Parts: sequence; C-alpha cells; structure tokens
Amino acid sequence: MAKKILKKPDALYDVFERKPGVDKTMTHYCPGCGHGILHKLIAEAIDDLGVADRTIFVSPVGCSVFAYYYFDVGNVQVAHGRAPAVATGLKRASPNSIVISYQGDGDLAAIGGNNILQAANRGELFTVFFINNGIYGMTGGQMAPTTLIGQKTTTTPYGRTIRNEGYPIRVCELLATLESPVYIERTAMTDAKNIARTRRAVRKALRCQVDRKGFSLVEVLSSCPSGWKVEPREALKWIEEKMMPYFPLGVYKDVIEEREPVELVERTYTSADIMKGLALADGEAAARAPRHEDVGEMAMKIAGFGGQGILFLGLALAETGMDEGLHVTWLPSYGPEMRGGTANCHVILSGRRVGAPLVSIPNVLIALNRPSLEKFEPALSEGGLILYDSSLIDISPSRKDIIPLPVPATKLADELGSTRAANMVAMGALIGYTDVVSVDGAIAALPRLVKRDELISLNEAAIRKGVEQGRQLRAKQKVAVGTGKGAR
Amino acid sequence: MARELIKGNDALVKGAILAGCRSYFGYPITPASEIAEAAARFMPLVGGTFIQAESEVAAINMVYGAASAGQRTMTASSSPGFSLKQEGISYCAGSELPCVIANIVRGGPGLGNIAPEQGDYFQTVKGGGHGNYRVIVFAPNSAQEMCDFSMLAFDLADKYRNPVLIMSDGFTGQMMEPVDFPEPKPVPERDESWAVCGDADTRPNLISSIYLEPEELEAHIKKLKAKYDEMQRTEVRYEEYEADDAEIMLIGFGIVSRVLRSVVDRAREKGLKVGLLRPITLWPFPSKRIAQRAKQVETFLVVELSTGQMVEDVQLAVMNEAPVRLYWRAGGVVPTAEEILGEIEKMIEG
Ligand SMILES: Cc1ncc(C[n+]2csc(CCOP(=O)(O)OP(=O)(O)O)c2C)c(N)n1
Ligand code: SF4
Repeated sequence: MAKKILKKPDALYDVFERKPGVDKTMTHYCPGCGHGILHKLIAEAIDDLGVADRTIFVSPVGCSVFAYYYFDVGNVQVAHGRAPAVATGLKRASPNSIVISYQGDGDLAAIGGNNILQAANRGELFTVFFINNGIYGMTGGQMAPTTLIGQKTTTTPYGRTIRNEGYPIRVCELLATLESPVYIERTAMTDAKNIARTRRAVRKALRCQVDRKGFSLVEVLSSCPSGWKVEPREALKWIEEKMMPYFPLGVYKDVIEEREPVELVERTYTSADIMKGLALADGEAAARAPRHEDVGEMAMKIAGFGGQGILFLGLALAETGMDEGLHVTWLPSYGPEMRGGTANCHVILSGRRVGAPLVSIPNVLIALNRPSLEKFEPALSEGGLILYDSSLIDISPSRKDIIPLPVPATKLADELGSTRAANMVAMGALIGYTDVVSVDGAIAALPRLVKRDELISLNEAAIRKGVEQGRQLRAKQKVAVGTGKGAR
Repeated sequence: MARELIKGNDALVKGAILAGCRSYFGYPITPASEIAEAAARFMPLVGGTFIQAESEVAAINMVYGAASAGQRTMTASSSPGFSLKQEGISYCAGSELPCVIANIVRGGPGLGNIAPEQGDYFQTVKGGGHGNYRVIVFAPNSAQEMCDFSMLAFDLADKYRNPVLIMSDGFTGQMMEPVDFPEPKPVPERDESWAVCGDADTRPNLISSIYLEPEELEAHIKKLKAKYDEMQRTEVRYEEYEADDAEIMLIGFGIVSRVLRSVVDRAREKGLKVGLLRPITLWPFPSKRIAQRAKQVETFLVVELSTGQMVEDVQLAVMNEAPVRLYWRAGGVVPTAEEILGEIEKMIEG
C-alpha cells in the first residue's frame, strides 16, 4: 500500500517510531500520493539550509495530520484550518525558529481561508506549503474549494457546478494581491522537471524565512489517486490536463530582493523596566498609606449631563480616598441608565471592605443637572446629602428628610474662567462640608489625573473655591456630619 | 509593591504581565475590549507580543502556538467570542498546553446585550468544548482579584499543563478599585522541557492531541483525569462571610457575591442569621464545603445572573440535606441588596 521514501534526508526520521503498527519505515500515504514526495523535498531543503534544530513543523488536519511521524524536527499538530494562526503564535513566541505551516486545500482554502489570508496579510515570518489535490483526501473524497468544475466527488456526485458551488479558488493569485507576502509560487509534481522546479521553490521559500524576508507560500498541485479514484499514472495525467490549465504554474509574487530583512530585537527587561512599562513605578506612596478604620461608608451617586466631567469627579474622589487609605470603588453607569446624554457614576468611600459597588440607596447625591436631581432624589437614604448645582438647577430638593447643599458650581467655575471646572467646585464643596477626604489630598492627586499643567491649577482653584462653599454651608447649618458615619 | 486605582479589566492584564505573560492574542468585543486595549498598550513596552487576531478562533489558536513554544500567553473575550474559542480550548487541554483565557460574560443567548450576566456558567465551567477535559475556573469579584487570580492562573496553568479560565462580568471588569500590584515575578523556574522552542533540545518534542488507537487515547484521558482529580483535591477555593451560625446561607459568585455581602450586613442588622458562601473556583466546585454547611443551615439561597446554572452544582452538593432556593435575574439586570433582602424576608415569612 504505502510508498517507501528512499535515502532519507536528516530532517526525516529513519524509523517512524511515532507511527502505530509494525511497519515503521513506510509512510501512511497511499501509492502515488503527492504528500510523501513533498515531505522529502521539504526535508532536503531543511538539511541544505542547516536549520533542522530550529525548525517547527505544523501538521494540519487532513491526510498530512501525521506529518510528525516523519519529520525529525519540532512538531506541533493543530486544529483543522488553524495552522497559520498557530504558526503565528509559534513564530512570535520563538522568533528564531523556522516555522512551517503545511496545509491541504480543505484546510487552507475552506475552513482556514481567513486564517491564511490574514497571516499572509500580516506578513508573518513563516513558510506555507500548500498541497492542492482538489479534494478532501482524509475524509474520503469530498469536494474541496479547489475541486474543478464538473469534477465528481462524494459531495458533488453529479460533478461540481458553477451554480451550486461556484468556481475553484486560485489561492496563489488571491494572496499575490496582498502587499505583505514576499514570495508566492505554484508548482506541480508531475514529472522530473516539475519536481525539480518544486524542489527549488521549496528551498527558496524556506530561505526567504531564514533570511527574515517575510511571508512565503508554495502551492503544489499534487495527486490524490485514492480520492480521485484513479490509478497513480492517470492521476498525473489529470493534473497536467485538467488542473494546470485552471491553476497555471508560475511565480505569482517575488519581491525577496527588494525587501529588507525584518529586524530581530532581543532585549532583556528588568523588573524596573516592567514596572515602568506598566506605569506602576510611581504607585509607591499610595501603597504605604495606612488603611482607615471605622469611618463609616459614603455611598455616592454622581450625575449630570455627558460633558460635565461627572466620571472625572467620581474618579478624583476615589483616587484621593485611595491615597488616604480608604476602601473605594468607582463604577461608571452601565446599561439602560446610560441613555439620553446623561452620565452618572457610583462611588463608594468606606472604612471597610466594600460590598456591592452598585449604589442602590445613596447617602450622598451630587446632581449637576435638574433631571439627575429629579431622578435620583427619591432613592436617597434618610438624612442623606444632596449637593446640587444651584446655578443650573432652578428647583430645590423636595424631600424634607435630607440635607440640601446648594452650591452655585457652574457660576463659580465661570468666575474662575472655565465652566468645565464646575465638577471640581462641587467636589471641593463636598470635601469642605464632610471632610470625607482632605483638601490637600485632593489637590495632591490632581497631577495623576490631569495631564496639562494649566488644568491642574484651574482644578486646584476650583476645589479651593468649593471647599469655601462647603465650609460656609456647614457653619450655617451648625451640624457636623463627619464622613457619613453609619449611613449607607 | 504599587497601588493604583484601576479597572478590573486593566488589572487583569497588568497581573498577567507581572506573572510573566508575554503574548496576548484577542479580538475586540464589549465588555472585554479594555483587556485587548491594555494588552496592546503594555505588551510592546515589556518586550511582549500583541496581535489583534482575525477572530476569536484565530486568537485561541495563536495562544495554542505561543503556548507550544513555551511562552506564558493569554486571550480574553466575552460570551459570543468565548463560544468561538471552545474548540481551541479543547485542543489546548488535549495537547496539555498551559494558557489563560478570560471570559467577561455578557447577556445572551445570541447577540444578547453587553450588560453583566452569568449565563456562561455552563459553557465555561462544564467544558464547553468537545471531549473529556476540565479547566480550573476562577470567579474574581474585585479589581484586586482580577490581578491576583490572573497571576495565580498562570502558575496553575503551568503546574498542571492545562488551560485556566477566568470568568468575570462587565461590572467587575469596568469597576475601578485600588489594586496592590506586586513586583514582577522573576519568571519562575518553569519546566519547559516538553515545549517546542525551535532549538536542538526540544527538537524531539511533539505537541499533539491525536491518539488514534482507542487504548492509547484512553490512557491519555486517564492521565488527564488524574490531573483533574488532583485539581479537585487541591485547588478548591471559596470564601465565607458570617457563615458559622448562618441559618440562611447565600451562595453566589463574582459580582453577585459583592451584593450578597451587603445583603448579609443588612440582614444581620435586622437580626437575621444570614451568611454567605462564595465559590472562588467554579471548577473545582466547593461541593464538600457546601455539603458540610448543609448539615447546619436551614435553607440555601442561590443568587445568579442567569436562569439558574450554578444552582445545579449546589443541589448536587447539598443532596437534599436542605432546601435549595434560587433567586435569579438575567439579561443584564443586577439585583440590589434590598431586592434580595426582600426575597429573604419573604422566604422567612414562608
Ligand atoms: C473542525 C473540523 N471539521 C471537520 C473535520 C474533518 N476533516 C478532517 S480532514 C478534512 C479535510 C481535509 O482535506 P484537505 O485539507 O484537502 O487535506 P487532504 O486530506 O486532502 O490532504 C476534514 C473536513 C475536522 N477534523 N475538524
Ligand atoms: S487519500 Fe489522497 S491525499 Fe490522502 S494519502 Fe491517499 S492519496 Fe494522499
């Protein structure tokens, strides 16, 4: 049955130990099958280039699923069609290796069509050997994307039709339209001349990888006597007479000479480099802040129009709380609440581990527009605070069991030169009224949150303005509210 | 150590990098896109690889490749994308490749929505892909745990040569909390002798999941099963809160467990003996602990963001020792503490 490969190259095992059964010297391929010949040509090229130790061979799903029985190189067997994706991962993780993706036409052009297209387009630095035998050999002779019009297979029992299955796909032509690939050629293995041409192409494609030039692919028209249900000799005739006219042999792309080799950067990264890369290098100070104990929990809803800096307000409070050792959570509005141009976030500052980050019953509401005040006032807990922008909102909270804190945030921000600082005025007022975090802490956190210097000073001024307001309100009401202790 | 106020999704990526992960392959999907974006931002700065793959199928297969070459590698997605990764996860398990995969679960079935849900419990915890395999599944409930479990996941993936999953949700991913990041781990002494690295030492190696002969495949499955048994013995993780005298035991994971913690506090203020048992690993499941608690408690109340998936595992563990009730919301609706408390009070009134 099987075909013996004479005089084995080093990159093929002498004895196929991985192959089950007693015969460890014959391949599992049918007589006249193209796979065995192409294996030999690839192994010879690996030998010639002296890269056997560096080579990783990716076996696909198809008749060549067991290519790892034969190749004396690193072997990886993969899912149907995914060889180019796996090869991508291999080559990126091990850039010095020589990666070969070996695929049939069902594997490459049908189920894995997008994977080959995208790998070629990324210009992955590996080599693809594409066996085009116009059929699914392994599963018993079904139609492939490269099956010819009129060709009978088990799933085109009346012959492939244009109407039902479309035209056979010409892979080389298709991939050659991409910018990235450097070398694409179609060959055949019908006679000595064509085999010699295939040998050259295989070598060239691998050299292209060794030289780090880019993506290379060789399509090889190959016979599948079993799938085609013909004698091996007839199979070769079929390739010449039927396949070659539709799949012309030749070089479809060769820009090897024009392309510069892709640089191989090898650099070691120290712990310090990694901390810097992750922007964790200056988190030290915060890490040392002691945790507060027993200061109750402030559960806030902060709401307004999109563009008023609502999320930022919450973030600045949470950041400061963290610096001062509080447990904090910040959750942006999510889902249905987000609709209609409103923005809101949930912020919790607490002396102990925070349970639900979602604030269902806030004890502090910061409302920077009227719809937010109207919408969220009812949910506030008894005795809670409502801090609202009295320069924008023309009504007052209606509940009598809460503490209203009117702050003309927008007006004060305008006086400082920018409406956009209203959020920081509001934050300052909350701090001034409750001392939930320190004024200094809030100002110290700014440079981490705002990048532009002039914005830092504007925000600082706004916070201070707000703090004044908060203090005045507190003095007026003559109640010390602390940090919302005990409330939730 | 460094503390940073950070989103759970970002913390996951930083944790991964600190654990030595040097490649990320992913396809964008809400609410997991921040993970890909953070990886795209940070990987190049630490000498790692980021590729926006052409699909989730491609992404998990790129992970398969990088893991084959012995690299710590990961991918992440959300429900529909996670469904697409299942074949690849099965291959990784079959070929014994360590890797980490996060699923930031959203509403389903179909396109569903982008809000937090837990409807992927079955497909994440029970295999999902084909064949006899198991994976450790972590269910973090804070930004800190997104970092910590991401780091731990890489160690366990290596320890068992098996994929490790992180099942999270939109809230845990989007929420910002302070996270204490440790120093980067000196990439631990890994046994990479099995990998295929493109060098003389690993030239004889093969990464594969095919075992054509039934006896051979059975032997391979036995070997895998021995690992899974070991995981069940040693990797169960859970957390309890006010559990020792609890008459009503709440069970929930991920973001739900955060809400349940608030429920317990409020119930205790009202004098109700309510406790919380929170599975941290969804597989292996803390069945033994639940069985022990079944002797003590009057009722279990399982709360899930699905029509009831984990509840089946709770029922199996409880074995009719105590009633197991279910309270569920789905489609992205997250119950408030008050709502669940109301449910408990209704239960007590009978
Ligand atoms: C996901 C998946 N779908 C289908 C199969 C079944 N299958 C195995 S080989 C194959 C076709 C292989 O044909 P081709 O790539 O042309 O290679 P050949 O066998 O002709 O060398 C198919 C469909 C599979 N293994 N996995
Ligand atoms: S079925 Fe075809 S492709 Fe497969 S081994 Fe036989 S001849 Fe070769």
